[in-house]
Amino acid sequence: MTSRQARNIAFIALVLIAALIWVFPLYWALTTSLRSEARIVSDAGVLMDELNFTAYANVLATSQLPRWYLNSVGTSLIITATVLFTGMMCAYALSQLRFPGRKLLYLLIVASFMVPIPALYVAQFILMNDLGLVNSWAGIILPQLVVPVVIIVYKQFFDAIPHEMREAVLLDGGGEFTLLFKLYLPLNWGITAALAIITFISAWNNFFWPFLIATSESMMTIPVGITQVNDTFGIAYGRLMALALLAAAPVILAYLVFQKRVTEAVMISAGVKG
Amino acid sequence: MSSTRRKSRELRSAIILVLPFMVIFTVFFLYPTVKVVMLSFTNAPLIGEGEWVGLDNYVRLLSDRLFFTSLWNNLYFVLLTVIPTTVIALLIALAVSRLSGRLQALVLTLFFLPYVLPVSVVTLIWAWMLDFQFGILQPLISTLAGRPVAVFKDPNWVMPMIALVTVWWTNGFNVLLFIAGLRNIPKDLYEAAALDGATAWQRFWRVTWPLLWPITALVLTLQLILQLKLFDQVYLLSQGGPFNQSYVVLLQMYREAFQLNNGGYASALAMVLFAVIVILSVVQFQVLKIRGRK
Repeated sequence: MTSRQARNIAFIALVLIAALIWVFPLYWALTTSLRSEARIVSDAGVLMDELNFTAYANVLATSQLPRWYLNSVGTSLIITATVLFTGMMCAYALSQLRFPGRKLLYLLIVASFMVPIPALYVAQFILMNDLGLVNSWAGIILPQLVVPVVIIVYKQFFDAIPHEMREAVLLDGGGEFTLLFKLYLPLNWGITAALAIITFISAWNNFFWPFLIATSESMMTIPVGITQVNDTFGIAYGRLMALALLAAAPVILAYLVFQKRVTEAVMISAGVKG
Repeated sequence: MSSTRRKSRELRSAIILVLPFMVIFTVFFLYPTVKVVMLSFTNAPLIGEGEWVGLDNYVRLLSDRLFFTSLWNNLYFVLLTVIPTTVIALLIALAVSRLSGRLQALVLTLFFLPYVLPVSVVTLIWAWMLDFQFGILQPLISTLAGRPVAVFKDPNWVMPMIALVTVWWTNGFNVLLFIAGLRNIPKDLYEAAALDGATAWQRFWRVTWPLLWPITALVLTLQLILQLKLFDQVYLLSQGGPFNQSYVVLLQMYREAFQLNNGGYASALAMVLFAVIVILSVVQFQVLKIRGRK
């Protein structure tokens, strides 16, 4: 073995060790969740040497976790579908049609990036209260429907589609909706999937807004709900870690399955913001 | 004639296409934006009408010691997170980009994974890792401090530890951006530099660093804005304590609006955050652009 090869192997080993240290908190949460509470507080070592599912059974039986799942899945799906649907329509008009106020609308959308959304929460809460939507799915969903980055990304992709394809559809007697849903959207399934997955993840992970607007435990989403259990368990880290992992499982799975799309979406949306 | 008909058809389609987003954008974004500005000039409670009080809320801010503590803590947190996460992410990206194939994908996944977790999952896990009695990191802390430390109840440890948790959570995003940036640097530049006898160190400072600067500037700017919006981690880990050492502007806004029922004053706090974010990001962007040109 040459010294160069040896150096290379040492480098790979070093990077792998660093990566394993980086995910150690997740490994440790999993290990803890699979132990009995008595062993968790005894000096039991770092190896995953027990497969005890009591904590999981306990959490599912005593908390409203299934209800929070339902709230999170429901609100996140509705947010994702609405954001993409309204976003692609608006982006299509901005990209392909001429209408008065077009430049102003685009400018407003771009400028809205600068507004820190939490600064609007007081006003948004008052609005939701006026509409009678505090502690409801609609209350959780509505303010999260404004995701300008989706429009900007779609517009860039729509801008890039050659005009000849458009003319062909128009000659066949197709209208704007045929164009959008039969031509522009099918050509952009990839980016649609990427935007969908990242919109879903950020809706699922939003903490501050659902925390303000969901006032009863049965209306909470996963990230908010699991902080309530914290208060009722006292110190019971096995159950808390089981709860944390059950809460994280959907996004971890979504990420592992759609990894390439997530990476793509992060890179594209960050490029837009810069 | 046909061209006017075509134009009116185009206009009708445009209205139908734009309207759904326009309605949502106007009602749930533009209106609250205007409303929060207006509220900041009133003494309104959270729910109910208030009176116009002019600049009173802003004058009150100037003599509010808690506000200055919060603002200072926000800036301290920015200092603790922005540059460290940028450096760490760059190092990870440089290492990952030297790997290839499955191994690269695996390592990248491991480094990115925390980014997809909900914040409360992150704080639950780290509260356990750092638990005063049973936390697995306490031996390490004892070595550093000479004693076990309840880190989120200690005025000196609280902000650095929240920063550590935050960097762990959000760093993957920056790694991805750097990797995208590194992929865009043409390979032949490195080959040319190697032919000229440049060392690895020289190749980094002469080729990688200047060509990567736009991405570095982007990461710095996005992080600055993100970290100024700190609320979740503080609320979940330390609630602003101990002795207000982790109190931040958004936490104060939350307390004023939702616990003390001062909608007007909370809105003034929101406006300050808004202004700070706009000013800092404009200034930083300009500064970074100038440095990048050199």
